[in-house]
Amino acid sequence: MSSGAGPDERDPARQPERTHLAWRRTVLSCGVVALLAVRQALAGGRPVPEEVAVIAAVTLVWAVFFAVTQRRVREVAPARPAAMSPRTAAAVTVCTVALAAVGAVTALF
Amino acid sequence: MNRFKLATATVRLWFSPERMEAEGETPDYRFSLANERTFLAWIRTAFALVGGGFAVDQFLPETGWAPMRTVLAMVLLLGGVACAVRAINHWARSELAMRRKEDMAYSRFPALLASAVVLIALALLVLVALGSAR
Repeated sequence: MSSGAGPDERDPARQPERTHLAWRRTVLSCGVVALLAVRQALAGGRPVPEEVAVIAAVTLVWAVFFAVTQRRVREVAPARPAAMSPRTAAAVTVCTVALAAVGAVTALF
Repeated sequence: MNRFKLATATVRLWFSPERMEAEGETPDYRFSLANERTFLAWIRTAFALVGGGFAVDQFLPETGWAPMRTVLAMVLLLGGVACAVRAINHWARSELAMRRKEDMAYSRFPALLASAVVLIALALLVLVALGSAR
């Protein structure tokens, strides 16, 4: 460590807190996109089962994103958190691509 | 061939933290957290593009050529996918570079994205103007 701080001393630049808030912002933007997806599903005049399927899929994606966020927020709570796991990054990427896929399907059909 | 091998190795790395930890030595945790926030910022950029795709499909006025709206929505959605994939790829490459004490990767992607966003914004401007003129 370059700072020479003790193991329990918190980073004066508040890196863990900033990372915590970055996760919060990101799950919030995921929620905004999820709401737009729900609106798109309801505005198309489709049969009810299709609407329900789209809303269920979107809710699942957001729930997964929220769960990943909660876990990572707990992980960055200590003074010296470990780096994000590649699996966490992959889960986030998959959720983003899944919402885009819902968008493509509802825009095309 | 070499490029393809590199790409598949990177994709495998996304799903296996052990492989990442086997490389080099763990950098200062603050660098890793900064890399993580950069990743999240790119994910939010991806969400902005995906959300833009939804917004175009729902709110753009009808113009003379009906599929225009769908085409623009698909371009934005695909842009969001590209951003998300680039986000994890760049995160993994930066993390590895830090572990191996190598230089950070340079990328043309931000410049390409900025150009694409300018073009899409101009197209939307024209469509909205045409739509309100009708």
